[in-house]
Amino acid sequence: MAKRVAIVGTGQTFHKSHRPDVNGQEIINEAVQRALADADLKIKDIDAIVIGNMDHFEGINYVDCWSVDGSGGVMKPVIKITTGGTTGASLAIGGNHMVGSGMFEKVLVIGWEKNSESDTTGAITTAFDPIWDRQVFAGAISGLAAEAQGYMARYGASDRDGARVSVRDRKHAMNNPHAQLRKEVTLEEVLASPMLADPIHLLDVCPRTDGACAVIMASEDVAEKICPKPDWIWKTAARHSYAYLGDADYGRLVSMERCAKEIFQKVGIKEPRKEIDVIEMYQPYSFAGLIWIEDMGIVGPGEAPGYIWDGNTDMGGELPVNPSGGVISCNPIGATGLIRCAEAAMQVMGKAEGRQVPDVNFAVSTGFGGCWWTDMLLHGKKKPN
Amino acid sequence: MSDIFKGIEPLIYESKINVPYSWWAGDTASKFFINLRDEKKIIAPRCGSCGKVFLPPRKVCPACFTENTEWVSVSDEGTLVSYSVARRKLASIPADKKLPVVWGLVKLDGADTAILHFLDDVDPGDVKIGMRVKAVFAEQRTGGIRDISHFKPVR
Ligand SMILES: [Zn+2]
Repeated sequence: MAKRVAIVGTGQTFHKSHRPDVNGQEIINEAVQRALADADLKIKDIDAIVIGNMDHFEGINYVDCWSVDGSGGVMKPVIKITTGGTTGASLAIGGNHMVGSGMFEKVLVIGWEKNSESDTTGAITTAFDPIWDRQVFAGAISGLAAEAQGYMARYGASDRDGARVSVRDRKHAMNNPHAQLRKEVTLEEVLASPMLADPIHLLDVCPRTDGACAVIMASEDVAEKICPKPDWIWKTAARHSYAYLGDADYGRLVSMERCAKEIFQKVGIKEPRKEIDVIEMYQPYSFAGLIWIEDMGIVGPGEAPGYIWDGNTDMGGELPVNPSGGVISCNPIGATGLIRCAEAAMQVMGKAEGRQVPDVNFAVSTGFGGCWWTDMLLHGKKKPN
Repeated sequence: MSDIFKGIEPLIYESKINVPYSWWAGDTASKFFINLRDEKKIIAPRCGSCGKVFLPPRKVCPACFTENTEWVSVSDEGTLVSYSVARRKLASIPADKKLPVVWGLVKLDGADTAILHFLDDVDPGDVKIGMRVKAVFAEQRTGGIRDISHFKPVR
C-alpha cells in the first residue's frame, strides 16, 4: 500500500516586501501555475490539494475554501495545515503522507503569505500562552535572542560569528531571482545595523515578505513519467515541543537534533557532513545558522563558527547552506518552509540555475517555528529502497 | 524590482477586527495566582512519578502524562537561564514598560522549569546568564503573572 513519493514540479512567485498588484488568491495562483508548468501538468491532473499559511496573518482563517479560485481547488479535496513557522514544511510532510498512503496519486502542495497585510508581531503574539507568556512578552525576536545568548554563553561564540552567517546568506541571495532582498552586506554593516534585541542586529534577521510556493508530489506509479529525474522524498521527521517559553533548552534546538537522528539513522547516513550535498535550512536569524547545524550533527557542539568561517557552507564549499539566500533574504512565513523544500528539490533535480550546487545526491530541507519546533525532509536523486 | 507596480494604483481596504476573548486560567493556575495575590507566596505542582516541579504550574506532567496532585513551595529567588534586551517598542510589550526592556527566563530555586518575566533595577549591560535574581512583588495584586512586578539582581 505504501508508495514512494517524488516531487515532480515546483513553482514560486518573485517574492516582494508587498504585492499591491495582487490579492491572496491571485498570488497563490502565480505559484500554482508555475508548478503546473514545471511539471507539464494541468489542474485536472491534480487529485488533491494541501494548502496553508499562518493563522491571523491575513485575518482569513478558512483559506482552504476562500482560495479555491487561485489554488484550483474547485470541487477537489482540499485540506488546510497550519503549524506556525513550520507550516510550509508541515505542508510538504502532509502532502508526502497523502501520496505515500496510496490514496492520492498527484497532490498539489501550496504555502503562501501576504505578510504585508497584517501586524506580524501582533499575529505572532497570538501563538503564545495568553495567561503566562503573553503578559510579560517582549516580541518574537527576543525569544530568538535568548537562544543566541544561551549559545554564546556556553561556547564563547560572538556576534561576529552570527554576522558571518548573515553575510553568507545575503551573498547567496544574489544568485536567486526569487529572493526578496538581493543586496550583499559586509560584516561591519551587519554589526553596525540597529540592535533589535541583544545580540541580534537588524541585518541578522529575516524580513517580512509577500509570496507563495507550490510543489507537486506524485506517487512512484507515475512520478518518472511526469518527470524523468524527480526529487525523491527519502524520509521526513517532525518534532513539536514546548508549552511555555521557559521549557526550552536555550542554546540547543533539541527538536532539530531528534529529527536529524531519526532520519539519518533510518536512512543509514553515518557522516552527514560528507554524505549530504546541500542544506536549505529554515533559519530565521543568523545565529541559528551556527547553533542548528550543530544540532543537525553536521559539526560538534561549539564547532560551527570555525566551520563556517572556513567557508565550508559557502557556495563551492564542502556543504553549501542556503544557496537560495535562505530565510534572512526572504520570509513569506506560510510559504517559507515549502520554499526550502522546493529549493532542495530543485537542487536534486538539477533545476536550481544560478544557485545550483553540482552533483547533488542528498539534500536536506527544514522548517522551524511554533516555538522551537522542527520539521525535516531528506531529498535524494536515487529512488529510495 | 518596482517594475511590476508600474501603472498600478493600489487600493487598500483598512480594517480592524474586534476579537475579544476571556481566557479561563483553570483551577491549577488559579491556585498559583490566588497564593501569589493573597500571600505573596510562590507554589508549584510536583509530578508524583518523576518528581519534576513545574512553573508555570501544569495540571499534567507532559513526560509521564499523569496528573500532578502535590503542591510544593518554591523560593522567590532563582537563577537567570537566558535573557534578551528588547530595544524596539512593539505592541506586544506592555505599555507601562520603558525601553530598553530586559526579558529573562528565571528558574526559581525548587522549580525544574523556567518562568518568563521582566528584569528591572539593573543596567542591561550588567545582565549575565547564571546571575541570581529575586522576585519583586507588585503593590497592587489582581491575580495574574504581573503580581510579580519584575525580578531584580540579588546583591
Ligand atoms: Zn513526570
